[in-house]
Amino acid sequence: MTSPSASTTAGAPLAVDAPAPSAAPRRHAARSRIAWLQAAPLTAVFVLFFLVPLALILMVSFWRATDYELIPAFTAQSYLDIFAGCGSGEGSCVTLSTYLSTLKFSLLTWAITAVLGFAVAYFLAFHVRSTLTQTVLFILCTVPFWTSNVIRMISWIPLLGRNGLVNDMLLATGLVTQPQEWLLFSDFSVVLAFVHLYTMFMIVPIFNSMMRIDRALLEAARDNGASPWQTVVHVILPLCKTGLIIGSIFVIALVMGDFVTVGVMGGQQIASVGKVIQVQANVLQFPAAAANAIALLAVVLLMIVALMRLVDLRKEL
Amino acid sequence: MSDDPNALPDPAIDDTATMQRRGFLKATAGAGAAVAGITGFPYVHAQEKMTLRYLGTAVNQDKAIADKFEADTGIKIQYVAVTTDDVTKRAVTAPNSFDLIDTEYFSLRKIIPTGNLLGIDSKRIRNADKITTLFTKGEIGGKKVGDQGTAPKKVMYLEKPDSKTFAAAPTQYMTLIPTVYNADTLGIRPDLIKRPIESWKELLNPEFKGKAAILNIPSIGIMDAAMVVEALGVYKYPDKGNMTKKEIDLTIKTLIEAKKGGQFRALWKDFNESVNLMASGEVVIQSMWSPAVTAVRTKGIACTFQPLKEGYRAWAAGFGVPKTLSGKKADAAYEFINWFLDGWAGAYLNRQGYYSAVLETAKAKMEPYEWAYWMEGKPATSDIKSPNGDLLAKAGSSRDGGSYEARMGGIACWNALMDENVYMVQKWNEFVAA
Repeated sequence: MTSPSASTTAGAPLAVDAPAPSAAPRRHAARSRIAWLQAAPLTAVFVLFFLVPLALILMVSFWRATDYELIPAFTAQSYLDIFAGCGSGEGSCVTLSTYLSTLKFSLLTWAITAVLGFAVAYFLAFHVRSTLTQTVLFILCTVPFWTSNVIRMISWIPLLGRNGLVNDMLLATGLVTQPQEWLLFSDFSVVLAFVHLYTMFMIVPIFNSMMRIDRALLEAARDNGASPWQTVVHVILPLCKTGLIIGSIFVIALVMGDFVTVGVMGGQQIASVGKVIQVQANVLQFPAAAANAIALLAVVLLMIVALMRLVDLRKEL
Repeated sequence: MSDDPNALPDPAIDDTATMQRRGFLKATAGAGAAVAGITGFPYVHAQEKMTLRYLGTAVNQDKAIADKFEADTGIKIQYVAVTTDDVTKRAVTAPNSFDLIDTEYFSLRKIIPTGNLLGIDSKRIRNADKITTLFTKGEIGGKKVGDQGTAPKKVMYLEKPDSKTFAAAPTQYMTLIPTVYNADTLGIRPDLIKRPIESWKELLNPEFKGKAAILNIPSIGIMDAAMVVEALGVYKYPDKGNMTKKEIDLTIKTLIEAKKGGQFRALWKDFNESVNLMASGEVVIQSMWSPAVTAVRTKGIACTFQPLKEGYRAWAAGFGVPKTLSGKKADAAYEFINWFLDGWAGAYLNRQGYYSAVLETAKAKMEPYEWAYWMEGKPATSDIKSPNGDLLAKAGSSRDGGSYEARMGGIACWNALMDENVYMVQKWNEFVAA
């Protein structure tokens, strides 16, 4: 029998050569059936709450809609509308500029959270010696997550506003003579909020990878004359690749789909792909919203595939 | 009888008679209980408190109104508060999720074609013939007001209760019974602008670069933008509420140029956002809603709901009944609508700066000095307080925009749903992305 595939071969490759050739396939079949049964609940949840809705979105993206009804059809009009104006050279390709703006935020946020996350995790994993302090500091990192996303975001507004605390301080110290307008409702404030919200998603997986590094390796590096910096670059960083990639997937997926942070911190003036989808869904243009959602999904999947190329997650975990 | 445990072991024949009698008694008692149960069921049900699920935006859903209605009639109101867009979305996609809807008139062009709302029988509405002529004829004090956009009179009536198209002339069946309406204009911070503002064009005046804001609800924002375009003398729209693709392009182009020039500090979508932008001084001139201006003022910050020479953009909301509603629930919904028009709720809304559907019943429930301030535009003879007791205006001051006739008579256009809505939203997203 060749049917017991990936799931069993990985677990028990040696069992295939077991002494009783007649009994083995039957036991295999039974075991594989149990394996399927064990996987069934999760599969069912996935099918019901992920695959079916996704298929529905895909289906609706090819429909037509009026102001009040969805008309089953098969038309690519919604997809064509996404690219309306692109290629005409007038620079009115909304989708492209929206994606570029969203990508820009993703990359900036990713770069900053990666550096910050790595530094914080490094400190927690290698500088803090006692496990108790480590745990306490780690919990401290998660405390902001006890309040809502939106509240953490909104709390920046009185700080950064025209008459906010930062501007008051700058004016009082004489560093500037006019209130600084770029602090709020700007690219800066959006990136700031993203970093504030999502650094934790970097810290956790990187910290996890770091805790699994064998300390003997670090000693070996030192014994071989590596400077601390060289140890970080040549030993720790490569061994944390898995954590970095997992964190990156979190951050990129979150930023790409966001519409609340960009809305609140950008003063609703900065476009994001999520915002476009939200506006369309709000005015009942479901096919257009669905087509945009599918396009966004494709882009994010491509990015994740690219990241997965960098590291074999299944092997590393 | 066999269910009597004593019956089985007892062999005495004599006893059967008593057993039977005892059993008979039990059986009848049981039957009696069953009968009482059946007849009792509707009785218990009738005693149970009726609850109406009222779908609408938070703006109109005041706890005091629900409490007063329950005290008067025993019917509970359960508020379901969502955004303007979501009210429409629910009416179209989930008509079973509410018993009473409070929606804007312009949304009707999306809702009525689905057949999810039933025309309201005006014969069952006591004050139906007293509803202001603004809705029934598009007139104030006998004078026609602007009807660009989705003016209520265009979508007020249905030929039959289940019609999916609007009737051209008044009929017995109304789509919505008006609850509140008002006329919107620009809100300004007079203390920071320090000069009179008279025209919509000031919104894009470079003098307020980085200190202006506009509404980010496409269908309403584009109308405000159209008021500005007309005020600038760039173009005169045949109907601002129903633009052609070319007109949409022109309007959005004007907005994009302004945005690229850094005119806007922010766009706002939520009532509270507009209050915060204004109160914090981030913005000194923006499209605004009347209760938001009131909210800024209650913080002790000067804010004017500035009447402008080009007129107002008006909006109106009303009660509708879903077609799934029947029997006692439908009666309760009608009772609520009738109660709403009886004056107490109207007076309550008028004191918030809105206008109510039946003015004469509301007048009876307001103090003469309140009526003079809110409706006649006269200087207040004593302090004007909000329904929950906050000071809104000191004695001697008068309301922005003057009397009811002056204000509602100055309507230039109504909130609308355009034929080119899909295209308009696409272009609006372009403006946001620019």
